[in-house]
Amino acid sequence: MPMKIGEKQFFDRIEDALQDDFMRHAMASAQDRLRGKKLAATEGDKTIGDWEEWRSAGEEIRRHTLENLDFYLDQLSENFAERGGHVYFAETAEDANRYIQDVARKKNAKHVTKSKSMVTEEIGLNEALEEIGCHVHETDLAEYILQLDDKDRPSHIVVPSLHKNKEQIRDTFKTKVGYMGTEEPRELTAFARSQLRDVFMEADIGITGCNFAIAESGSLSLATNEGNLNMVTTFPKTQITVMGMERLVPTWEEMDVLINLLSRSAVGQKITTYVTNLTPGVEEDCVDAPKEFHLVILDAGRSRALGTEFQSALHCIRCAACVNVCPVYRHIGGHAYGSIYQGPIGAVLSPILGGYEEYGELPFASSLCAACTEACPVKIPLHEQLIRHRENYVKEKGRVKASEKAAMKAFGIGASTPSLFQIAVKGAPIFMKPFIQDGSISKIPGPMKPWTEIRKFPSPGKDNFRTWFKEHQKGRQ
Amino acid sequence: MAKGIIQNKDSFLNNIADKLERKRKEDVSLPTWKHQPQWQVYKNESTDGLMAAFQKNSTERNVDVYETQQSELSVTIEKIINEYGGDSIVITKDSRFSEYGLTSLFDTTQTHIWDTAAGKENIEKAKHADIGVFFSDKSLAESGTIVQFNDKDIARSVSLLPITYIAIVPKSTIVPRMTQVTHEIHKLVENGKEIPTCVNFISGPSNSADIEMDIVVGVHGPVKAVYVVVADR
Repeated sequence: MPMKIGEKQFFDRIEDALQDDFMRHAMASAQDRLRGKKLAATEGDKTIGDWEEWRSAGEEIRRHTLENLDFYLDQLSENFAERGGHVYFAETAEDANRYIQDVARKKNAKHVTKSKSMVTEEIGLNEALEEIGCHVHETDLAEYILQLDDKDRPSHIVVPSLHKNKEQIRDTFKTKVGYMGTEEPRELTAFARSQLRDVFMEADIGITGCNFAIAESGSLSLATNEGNLNMVTTFPKTQITVMGMERLVPTWEEMDVLINLLSRSAVGQKITTYVTNLTPGVEEDCVDAPKEFHLVILDAGRSRALGTEFQSALHCIRCAACVNVCPVYRHIGGHAYGSIYQGPIGAVLSPILGGYEEYGELPFASSLCAACTEACPVKIPLHEQLIRHRENYVKEKGRVKASEKAAMKAFGIGASTPSLFQIAVKGAPIFMKPFIQDGSISKIPGPMKPWTEIRKFPSPGKDNFRTWFKEHQKGRQ
Repeated sequence: MAKGIIQNKDSFLNNIADKLERKRKEDVSLPTWKHQPQWQVYKNESTDGLMAAFQKNSTERNVDVYETQQSELSVTIEKIINEYGGDSIVITKDSRFSEYGLTSLFDTTQTHIWDTAAGKENIEKAKHADIGVFFSDKSLAESGTIVQFNDKDIARSVSLLPITYIAIVPKSTIVPRMTQVTHEIHKLVENGKEIPTCVNFISGPSNSADIEMDIVVGVHGPVKAVYVVVADR
């Protein structure tokens, strides 16, 4: 399954989300907890000094890296290959999948284990591998839950199964894999551990995403908590890592800064439980490490942002701090975005990667409150980019609806013709009378429909401003 | 070692340069960063201060921390093994076990010492071991983290597969934070030296908050973690 989630239209997806009380409650509660933990580990942790300094350091590193992206990717690939690893530069998702399928065929792979990776979700890698007969095992707990539940889709970049409660998870485990226990998270987790233990050992290929590749040594830095990534990259003979082309740093020293920003911003930890840094070139007689390494570096639309006002969107380190403060995400959840990248960064990235035709409405799913920009650990001006997207969507692509155009034209005529304007202002209370109940409007057709479905609209006053002002002036005389 | 194959590099990178509206860059100097807050963390902190921070932050990560002298190390570890129920043990192949006087402690039938000659049997032993024991190569005060520079002898499985791991932390390995370790590795690269193929920063037992944000300790990696800080010889 690629980047897109579901087939419904944007407003229909929102409607579905607004009807899902559990999901909305779960999103609000998760946001509060994640935001609280992040604040404690950033502004609240005086040990690390001024958090703004860290943000500036992150911004500085990401800007330099992206401005010199071709150089650092060249360096990364040469250093990775120098140590015996293979590198494939994939322009499209299809190219990446084809290459990985070829590797799997050559290895005669039957079982593949995977750690959590949004980029492999983006390219629909699981389906591509299943096409050629591989059994793909998601091993991150959240991804394992989603895969068992008829391949449900992620609703959050960092905690993909956020929309599911423990009872739903218990029922999924019962139906799909014969679980007999309770809904206690500890018990559910222990069950997942027992189910996957042997799978890890027997897998032919381990597949990972990439938090940061390190150009100077051809290394891959991966931040996790569950230990599954270490299992995935320890026991199979072949390791394949897929990375978005922007996910790299020049040296180990920059990795340090960015891992700190990521751990603290994503999950409020000083460091994730595991920060595992892997470099090809393992000794031949080493028993517990892969012998063959493949690195797939993916463009898939990212280069469209280079040299444009959206270049800094590629600075993103996928911490979801912007998602965790977004008031819109809080109410509509992740699936309503229709993309595996949700929240403010999803609304910025998805149109870049997937185009305006598919994702052009997402930048409108924002109150432009700028909380996202303030939360971003690498200072991406997210709300400004949302505005740029809106401008592009409307102006450059000419996507204004015919009804909206007609309405604006009518308003233009009315507002520039005093007599018509007076009629409209005076007539509003009369025209709206059929829709008024208890002093407000709760249902109205036409362009105001989406508004009145969610909240009441105030009824027009009997007096308009001009009349009031005339009376006011008389009173003063 | 034969060089790996690189495919589609030039067209891919040329496209990036085109989009950036310039020619491909052949050389780039890393700037001196204006912002370097990482070096200020625990700057000028004493060894005891770093130790205190390491202990506090490790405890926060659900790690049981013990402090001992080298003369007491063997006895201390033996006690911990008994307390945690270590019927079967796996340890890395590391000369430090003998340097710290631990050879006789682990010279028992219940202990498996990692040995590449035994092949996959090592993994089976680790998989069924109650406790894995190894040395921390670097230890981070800021986050209660131990670091392993893994290779064929300092096997990854020892800290990963058993239910409990015991990391022996020589006091001199404690540094303020990740910065000092990554700086050292960067210097190795810069000087054309080899670096470990797996540098693993580990902070306590594995955990997950994927189900309703409720933290569960012990997922696919160890369920319990013990650090034994030992004053240097």
